[in-house]
Amino acid sequence: MSEYFETTIDELRHLVSSRALTGETMLLNMGPQHPSTHGVLRLLLELDGEIIVNCIPDIGYLHTGIEKNMESKTYQKAEVMVDRLDYLNPLGNNLVYCMAVEKLCEIDVPERAEVLRVILTELTRLNSHLVWLGTASLDLAAMSTFLYTMREREIILDIFEMCSGQRMMTTYIRPGGLWRDVPAEFNSAVRGLMKIMPGRIKEYESLLTHNPLFLERTKGIGMISATDCLRWGVGGPIARASGVAYDLRKARPYSGYEKYEFDIPTQQEGDIYARYLVRVEEMRQSVRIINQAMNMLPSGPVRSNNRKYVPPPRSEIGVSMEALIHHFKLWTEGFDAPKGSVYVANESPRGELGVYLESDGGPKPFRCHYRTPSFTNLQIMPLLSRAHFVADVVGIIGSIDIVLGDTDR
Amino acid sequence: MNEALQAAVTGISGRFGAEVQEFRGEVTLVVSPLQINAALQALRGEYQYNFLIDVTAVDYWPAEEPRFHVIYHILDTSLNLVLRLRSPLNGNSPTIPTAEKIWPNANWYEREVWDMFGIRFEGHSDMRRIIMPYEWEGYPLRKDYPLGYEEVQFTFNKEEIMAKKPHPQERT
Repeated sequence: MSEYFETTIDELRHLVSSRALTGETMLLNMGPQHPSTHGVLRLLLELDGEIIVNCIPDIGYLHTGIEKNMESKTYQKAEVMVDRLDYLNPLGNNLVYCMAVEKLCEIDVPERAEVLRVILTELTRLNSHLVWLGTASLDLAAMSTFLYTMREREIILDIFEMCSGQRMMTTYIRPGGLWRDVPAEFNSAVRGLMKIMPGRIKEYESLLTHNPLFLERTKGIGMISATDCLRWGVGGPIARASGVAYDLRKARPYSGYEKYEFDIPTQQEGDIYARYLVRVEEMRQSVRIINQAMNMLPSGPVRSNNRKYVPPPRSEIGVSMEALIHHFKLWTEGFDAPKGSVYVANESPRGELGVYLESDGGPKPFRCHYRTPSFTNLQIMPLLSRAHFVADVVGIIGSIDIVLGDTDR
Repeated sequence: MNEALQAAVTGISGRFGAEVQEFRGEVTLVVSPLQINAALQALRGEYQYNFLIDVTAVDYWPAEEPRFHVIYHILDTSLNLVLRLRSPLNGNSPTIPTAEKIWPNANWYEREVWDMFGIRFEGHSDMRRIIMPYEWEGYPLRKDYPLGYEEVQFTFNKEEIMAKKPHPQERT
């Protein structure tokens, strides 16, 4: 045991201060099985008393080798794995992958599918922010918020189950559209949720926004400036809480986001409290987008008619020989994507989620790299936590909103 | 191509002899590893590409020259222009200068590339493995690294599988 510990110190000699080597400061291991590390994150803290001198994140405990596995599967089969990266944003992961395949193979997407994609990814954003709000406030000992946010999250997961048969790992968005059309009760379910959501968000806010205990633990803690956000490649709500009004839905619109009216909430302080305010406001904006999308939802097909890439609908297979052949070909050997490489990105609840997809002309992705926001955001952990108390680390991790599946891939 | 992007592309390709590729509206500059740092520095300083999105790599094994491509995605946040740079690397244990001095967040991206591909970044402040355990052998995302499952034997690949199949050792 002691032998292992000594080698660890040696590995990190260049990262800790010289005082750690003489024993003047203490090295404390936090995680990977710490309940507030949101999964399996290990932090090595260098402490001077209770003050953090340095914080060294150690990741990789949830590495699943998904990028490697995707290289051995056809394009359709590889998609099933991308849900598992960021398990709070499965439809966003699906969407960005499908956008990459569609760009690579030049597949068209019908209008109805585009609008449904927006509704579903915004529901996913709500889902993710609800889980974040619940767990991050739980970390700061606000127990009751968790119970309320999980209540609304259940409704969202029920909607996903209604559409795809799965609550979390949906694989519902497919290259060229959606797997199938949404059921008839989708409309009333989403509208029902949108009706109660603004009131519920107000309810969460009444628990936290002016709560003196919550303010005490969030204001002025974990600060980052706008310039540092850009230098460190941080996007999403963290950058917006520091005054960087950058949102891919506005900056590089995809799936028809340019048609919706919504604001990018920003704050200037860049502390935990500002991130909380930004995310809560983002939930309101998501509700706004979903309401607009529900009103403009057109009727029509939800899947492209490009039979060389997109399987035909089930109903056609019984009556058309060509449809059967296409179905068989696409699900056995897959389709050959043109040779080349593309990069596409969308706005995940945590920031820029990008996919670099390279094809060698075969039926399997030659290289599929996920640029995940959690990985980038976790990198600023030392910057945020320096000179704060150990107890604040918990709040800072919560405010970054990391998903370790997204970090380790 | 956008005007500002065009200016950056012509400037960089002229100065560093970079090859320009365009596919599906995305622009790629192929820059040699000797000049990649200067090219990134110029894009950061002179053309307002202030945001490093990502650093990753691709393995073209069994090709040797070049075996790897290191890929940079950079972004101009004010004009929303994304530019990709590729740098070809030869051999099985290549090195390339680090971009950490230009964008500090290159630190983890490059550690990941080192961990997964075994491409060493010269001048990097903390070249440790990031995702795999410290004592791991091999670089998982290389194409010659096995996926680790047993392949199913069919008539078309019978011979190939038979040759690699582990057989019980003969008793002597």
